[in-house]
Amino acid sequence: MRNMHKKTLAGLLLGVVLLVGVAAAQTETKRVKTPRERLAERSFPNVTLTTHDGKKVKFYDDLLKDKIVIINFMYVKCDGKCPGTTANLVQVQKLLGDRVGKDIFIYSITLKPEEDTPRTLAAYAKAYKVGPGWKFLTGDPKDIELLRQKLGFIDRDPVRDADKSNHIGMLRWGNEPHTLWAGCPASLAPNKIVKEISLVDWPDARRGGDR
Amino acid sequence: MANVSKINRRAEKLKQQAARNRREIVAAGLSRRDMLRMGLLTGAGLLVPMSGLSVRARSSAGSLLFDSGPGSGPSSPPTTPFVQPFVRMTVKQPVATLSPTPTAVPNTAAGEGRTISHQAFSQFAPVKFYEVEQRLANIITHPELPAQPLWGFDGLVPGPLYVERYGRPVLVRNHNNLPANNGGFGKNFVTTHLHNGHTPSESDGNPCDNFRPGQFYDQHYPNVLAGVNSTHQDVGGDIQESMSTLWYHDHMHDFTSQNVYKGLAGMYLLFNDHDTGDETTGFHLPSFGDGASDDSNFDVPMVFSDHLYDSETGLQIFDTFNFDGVLGDRFLVNGKVQPVMHVHPRRYRFRWLDAGPSRFYQFFFTDKTNLNQRIKFHQISTDGNLLERPVEVESIRISVAERADLIIDFSKYAGKTLYIENRLEQVDGRGPTGKVLAAGQGNLILKIVVDLPPIADNSVDPATITSFYGLPSKTATPRITRTFNFDRSNGLWSINGRSMDPECQEVRARISKNSVEHWVVTNSSGGWQHPAHIHFEEFQFLSVNGAPPASTGLVLNGRKDVIRLEHNMQTKVFFRFRDFVGRYPFHCHNVVHEDHAMMLIWEIVEGDGDNIRNP
Repeated sequence: MRNMHKKTLAGLLLGVVLLVGVAAAQTETKRVKTPRERLAERSFPNVTLTTHDGKKVKFYDDLLKDKIVIINFMYVKCDGKCPGTTANLVQVQKLLGDRVGKDIFIYSITLKPEEDTPRTLAAYAKAYKVGPGWKFLTGDPKDIELLRQKLGFIDRDPVRDADKSNHIGMLRWGNEPHTLWAGCPASLAPNKIVKEISLVDWPDARRGGDR
Repeated sequence: MANVSKINRRAEKLKQQAARNRREIVAAGLSRRDMLRMGLLTGAGLLVPMSGLSVRARSSAGSLLFDSGPGSGPSSPPTTPFVQPFVRMTVKQPVATLSPTPTAVPNTAAGEGRTISHQAFSQFAPVKFYEVEQRLANIITHPELPAQPLWGFDGLVPGPLYVERYGRPVLVRNHNNLPANNGGFGKNFVTTHLHNGHTPSESDGNPCDNFRPGQFYDQHYPNVLAGVNSTHQDVGGDIQESMSTLWYHDHMHDFTSQNVYKGLAGMYLLFNDHDTGDETTGFHLPSFGDGASDDSNFDVPMVFSDHLYDSETGLQIFDTFNFDGVLGDRFLVNGKVQPVMHVHPRRYRFRWLDAGPSRFYQFFFTDKTNLNQRIKFHQISTDGNLLERPVEVESIRISVAERADLIIDFSKYAGKTLYIENRLEQVDGRGPTGKVLAAGQGNLILKIVVDLPPIADNSVDPATITSFYGLPSKTATPRITRTFNFDRSNGLWSINGRSMDPECQEVRARISKNSVEHWVVTNSSGGWQHPAHIHFEEFQFLSVNGAPPASTGLVLNGRKDVIRLEHNMQTKVFFRFRDFVGRYPFHCHNVVHEDHAMMLIWEIVEGDGDNIRNP
């Protein structure tokens, strides 16, 4: 009798523990996601890319999360605007100084992943003497296409959209934790691009801000 | 609910299918001609709205899907239409004094963000003072959605309604009390533009005159007629240039679309001795009254906007990665999704504003029980400028930032229910297709029930009004004719192939004060449309696609501040630049295009302007 009582009590306790556990799990799944999490889900596919120095990286986890970033699309064998944009961004990187690689990162994603292997991109980066904190990125063409669509480097006219040279005139820049994103022409003077990016800088110049 | 989620799932599946199909078309490398031949492309270069091909195709639910990039567009959670009351905007109340006392020179020491002195502070000394703050507020836009963390003037969305009179200068002190956390989008630096006030540059809300949280900014609105300091007109300005319906909104460089969508917009009315707000005097237009109650206010401003809500959280979202323009699938009037308005069987003046961000509307009144009925009313103004006289119409088309005032007589519809219906088809942010849908097939936005009791109507029948102010002459010889081509260059929006200077330092046209100019403004594309807006001065059309506006009806003869550049359209407009000096923008008012460089700065200067014909 006493034993049974104990067992029942233990069973009850176990039940209570289980119930609490289930309730906690439910609360966990029902937690409303933050706008930052929803933005990441909608706009930042966490695909795997390869940097020009051969590292595998996750687009959201490794490249965006907690950072200020500048993103453009390019390709190496580009007769149009690409070389100008890269040269311009080299100046931007110089103006931003040692913040690039610390809290500000530059990403140039190839539109021609079939052609632009990490080695090709490394040679390109070397030719332009790009500094640390700026990654040229390639990957599975399907993933690159997904990123291009999600980040809005598109033209609604399917014929113009298929012409890759139409997607290289723009920079997107943003502050991931502060959900602050905008864009500007890649052809702006480097000091003006720096001024633009200052709009998404940390509040009160404190990294992370007061979010 | 099960049914709704089934429909949503089906819509989602259709969209994914459409995206796959379109990717395959692109991958197949079909030429434009191939696509036209196969019937996959319309003449305007759009994919034909075929189910399974275009995300813009209608879903089985019968509503237009949100379009935020090929195949990826989310849609809002379901909301029951017409379950909440229409709300009139709160009239802004002045304060007796401001502390510290406003000064002509920026009060930097006290935290003012302004950098330029007021140029007409003593000439038009303010007699009325306001204090307003931009701040976060949790606002219900529909009872089935959670409270929305919006940014509003005084925490209201839309902001409070300013009711002003010509000849009574005001000063509005803006306090930026916005938080650091933007809740997903929006920049907490602000600059308020009064569109289209005859306002000195430093109070106009220039995109680079923005100020930060904790700062304030005094804006001086002289409320004067254009021509007040001019050599062309009599003392006191030109009564023919009176405006009635203005609006104000944030104009932050690069972030206007996000900040306005987040709530930073409101309206501003201007009365005078003719357009008095009292139906027993002046032009006898329906009374504004107390601006608040059903039995007193028959002059009702309405702000239209379309929004998208997160399907999971129910919170308003904005696609910051779509620079073509963004569409919502929920339609709001004065900040409420599909509200219901009750009216008396009498005449009302409605003032319609398209607050964007990117949608164009063509509004009709629809009786759902009799879709063949053509309900007519009188349009009395364009962009806040009274026409030569009222014009009978059955619909009004407006693009972003355009306004239209109208008079509708509900005495003919006592006991009935009408809807304001948008019948203009628009499937993505670039502009409408141009197709006008059949009655009942568009978006029903406001339900109007004519069930309040009969009440006195001392307003005049607009059909009997033969003239308002008249229109200014546009025969003066221009000092220069300039051309502006709204286009797309290198994957971004441009004017004359160039993009906006983010520091607002590059002045693309220097214009002599007291001079006349002709501007030729062109959209050479059939793929998109642009509401092109000029600050400060209004224009009159000299021609639209080569034809004088008189040949296309009285409405186009009116004074305006937005050129609705439709597909492949060329316009020539007449301007007089007067009264104040300084910099102002000219930009696309699809605010997403504006934020993506489709803007330039021009300046009124003392002495000689420049002679640049392609600024």
